[in-house]
Amino acid sequence: MLRSRFWKNFFEEAGEIARFTGRLFSQWFKPHYETAEFFRQCFIIGYKSLPLVMLTTFIMGLVLTLQIRPFLIDYGVESQLPAMVGIAIIREIGPVITALIFAGKIASSIGAELGSMKVTEQIDAMEVSGTNPFKYLVVTRVLAATFTLPLLVMLGDAVALYGTYLGVNMSGVTSFDLFWTKVFRNLSFGDVLPAFVKSFFFGFAVGIVGCYKGYYSKKGTEGVGQSANSAVVLSSVLIFIIDLIAVQVTDVLGLN
Amino acid sequence: MHITEDIEKREQNLMRGEAVLVVRNLYKSFGSHKVLIDCNVSLHNSENVVVLGKSGSGKSVLIKCIIGLLRPDSGTIKVLGENIPELNDEGLDKIRMKIGFLFQSNALYDSMTVRQNLEFPLRRHSISLKQGGVDQLVKDALADVKLAHTIDMMPAELSGGMRKRIALARTLILKPAIILYDEPTTGLDPITSREIIDLIKEVQQKYHAASLIISHDMNCVRMVADRVVMLINGRNYREGTYDELVQSKDPAIKAFFE
Repeated sequence: MLRSRFWKNFFEEAGEIARFTGRLFSQWFKPHYETAEFFRQCFIIGYKSLPLVMLTTFIMGLVLTLQIRPFLIDYGVESQLPAMVGIAIIREIGPVITALIFAGKIASSIGAELGSMKVTEQIDAMEVSGTNPFKYLVVTRVLAATFTLPLLVMLGDAVALYGTYLGVNMSGVTSFDLFWTKVFRNLSFGDVLPAFVKSFFFGFAVGIVGCYKGYYSKKGTEGVGQSANSAVVLSSVLIFIIDLIAVQVTDVLGLN
Repeated sequence: MHITEDIEKREQNLMRGEAVLVVRNLYKSFGSHKVLIDCNVSLHNSENVVVLGKSGSGKSVLIKCIIGLLRPDSGTIKVLGENIPELNDEGLDKIRMKIGFLFQSNALYDSMTVRQNLEFPLRRHSISLKQGGVDQLVKDALADVKLAHTIDMMPAELSGGMRKRIALARTLILKPAIILYDEPTTGLDPITSREIIDLIKEVQQKYHAASLIISHDMNCVRMVADRVVMLINGRNYREGTYDELVQSKDPAIKAFFE
């Protein structure tokens, strides 16, 4: 009984999100364009996430280097540390960790913001004043999340590699030039492109889930809290699912 | 935008007593719960009609059907000659320019300043207005509600009564022909409540707008209503002036007025 209710709710919600996404695409290219609001959201969603992404990716690069070093010493390949950590960061850890941090910060804030706007009738007020709230609130936020996350991932990767450089030099000496030579010599187009492309999908997932949960928030302050919380949980799960699919697609395309 | 011409036209039509809003045989249900059953309301030029009824009698649903936020199951809602349920999004946007809606919760955009709140509907509708024109309309609307000094404040910095007045200013900025008030005095103290009632009357005199007011505040009903429509369980129960209803011997009506 409980299991059947779970699946019913699961498929109902999946259907609702699919319909919400369909509505987004139908509104995406329709004039009039909310350009000013889109750039405002890019500033809020992208630029204001920058310090958090920079800090966490720097620490991630540093810690990852310090954790891997003893194993590489055991096998006598310590010199390969920059290359190995570099590939791990660019291909997988950088995009996924940045997307998860982004989901924690952005999906929750979009979910809570739209949820409270729904509860306090601000979305209705927009509709009454002749504004398409879906276009103004949802399309702009999803677009901003989709296009700013790849930029954050690129910057996050670069900062994580600086953390790696610090980690490498904490117990040894590697020159700045040698470090970057080792990192880039082992990187190929097939490492960078799939990671960059999948980060667009991560950003889209974070934006659409945050907006969906907020836009259909149930009445009351409890509903707003639930929207924010479930937006983070669902978008984080989606990031891993997209990552899994991306690996398979990359493999099929021979980019691995 | 021809706001001044609109008001002049309204003044000319004033004496004719034309119906600006006619709701006929309106039905609305949510699942098996029937909220509105054969509801009928009319509103004439420059008239104040109060829809009275206890909580859950379908008052707010009625007003949301009129503005097009809810789609009725059946019936007609003619606003300035246009049938709201038959309009597409574009048609609804056009007719909404002529309808002001004051939300019970005020619904001010809390991430925007008072100025931005008031500019928002102008920017949507009055693309031809230059910045100077927008500024002037914002200042005029704030002066109407006597809150010119709050122009750069955030909604969170204002008291409940001030927020209500700013919401009213936002409603007035497009100089609507019809203003819908959803429980305008709910949650306010008696003094602020009286201020809002006075403001509604002033607005009515200045802009000659027709007003449909949802309320169960008897002070508001007494001071504002030209006509009262009573809804009970989603049906029209009685209609008349305040004085007519106050003299009624019907227990259901007496319960409101005693």
